[in-house]
Amino acid sequence: MYDIIVIGGGPAGLAAAVEAKKEGVDNILILERDRELGGILNQCIHNGFGLHTFKEQLTGPEYAGRYIDMAMDLKIPYKLNTMVLDLERKDDDTKVVHAINEEDGYMALEAKAVILTMGCRERTAGAIGIPGFRPAGVFTAGTAQRFINMEGYMTGKEVVILGSGDIGLIMARRMTLEGAHVKCVCEIMPYSNGLTRNIVQCLDDFNIPLKLSHTITFIHGKDRVEAVDVTQVDENLKPIPGTTETIPCDTLLLSVGLIPENEISRGAGVEIDRRTQGPAISELCETNLPGVFAAGNVVHVHDLVDFVSQEAALAGKGAARYVKGHLEEDINFTTVNGDGIGNVVPEKITVANLDDSVNCYMRVRKVSTDTVINCYIGDEKIATKKARKFVPAEMVNFKIKKSDLEKYHDGELKFVVEPKEA
Amino acid sequence: MKKEMVCISCPMGCHLTVEGEGDNWTVTGNSCKNGERYGIQEMTDPRRILPTTVVIKGAMISRLPVKTAQEIPKGKLFDAMDELSKVVVEAPVKVGDVVLKNVCDTGIDVVATKTMPAV
Repeated sequence: MYDIIVIGGGPAGLAAAVEAKKEGVDNILILERDRELGGILNQCIHNGFGLHTFKEQLTGPEYAGRYIDMAMDLKIPYKLNTMVLDLERKDDDTKVVHAINEEDGYMALEAKAVILTMGCRERTAGAIGIPGFRPAGVFTAGTAQRFINMEGYMTGKEVVILGSGDIGLIMARRMTLEGAHVKCVCEIMPYSNGLTRNIVQCLDDFNIPLKLSHTITFIHGKDRVEAVDVTQVDENLKPIPGTTETIPCDTLLLSVGLIPENEISRGAGVEIDRRTQGPAISELCETNLPGVFAAGNVVHVHDLVDFVSQEAALAGKGAARYVKGHLEEDINFTTVNGDGIGNVVPEKITVANLDDSVNCYMRVRKVSTDTVINCYIGDEKIATKKARKFVPAEMVNFKIKKSDLEKYHDGELKFVVEPKEA
Repeated sequence: MKKEMVCISCPMGCHLTVEGEGDNWTVTGNSCKNGERYGIQEMTDPRRILPTTVVIKGAMISRLPVKTAQEIPKGKLFDAMDELSKVVVEAPVKVGDVVLKNVCDTGIDVVATKTMPAV
């Protein structure tokens, strides 16, 4: 029987395991389905990671390497090439992780606590229903990234990218540097979904046009992509007739959103928040199932890996406390997304488990300036988050003090975007 | 000369206004020192870190991620890509190992960003 099994050896899984070990839990096992630890960071060879955590600009493999080193220094055991099939909870609250690999065959591994850190996956052409055939040359941006950066295969020469999320922008630069001609990046929204710095250093630096309020309405080509139809959309995101331009290309990259990967969570009965598409979690990342924790992109898609590591450390701490019987379970507060807010994580807060504050992560629904985010309990405003600008692409980190929550004992924390007071 | 720009030093993406000429520049809108440094450099000598890959033999995968140890002039990015396309390294490699010295006569080395054992 393990104390803690961590499902997924990416940045979240590594940070969770490292923190749990530091909290004094020894009997930990990380299960990773890939051939090495580090997760998707291994293919994210660009720099810009780790400014919050390490105060330097690291590349993805470097950032992952730091956490892999920490886990190795702490001698945390792991199994690679291991696919988790199922998570089961027994009546005595033991968790059983069903997994399989070439060396051990099928395994039923028992644990007191489980941390879910399976990350997310990209939406595909099928997920967004682009009309046309299914020719070669249509990739998710992440798949192309893995081909180019890890396997050494170039995925095409004449490229159109749909979606201006960070992965799409990073791949526009990457393919340009590798000698491809990126004709444009199309974005259905009237604003980009990527970080502003990525628009600058990935598109502007290389004169790659960003077509806002444009989408792809048809993929031409039966065996290989030959061209795509790019059409302008109106304010309801409907294509405007007569605005279609056919752009010849041999490759279409899709960067159209990420979805938390929760098949195992759902199978185990973990409650999924329909707003985040990930498990509803507590301040220490516990799901509705006692002893089952979740952190990182499996919970909600983060834009910075630093925040993934921070959140995962909380999960590691929570799991360690659970194993030792020190985790308080009386939920005092639930969080609610009021006007202008898309989702809020965590969904529930037990004040007794907080050190001195809780970080509430949230996304706004639309771009706004001259606004603030207010946090209410009932009619009373308990905190305000200011920023020059709120954009949906950038997750807002709203810190609420424990002392403020203690004044109220329980209730609903409601976050609302409101005009800045003069 | 006056220019508006977005700082790329970190994910904050501060909107900078850089004003001045020659050796005399003022930066406003930045929230840290890096912003000031970036703003001035962007006007006088724009530079970027170049992260890319080189061929590696004898490792589990066929590409080794690398980066320039410091920022190189923006105008030399493609020349550096050309030079790096000819580099072949042998596993094992440790993160930080120099895989190419003085890329494009910039005085800057290219280093490995991943530890890869020989297999």
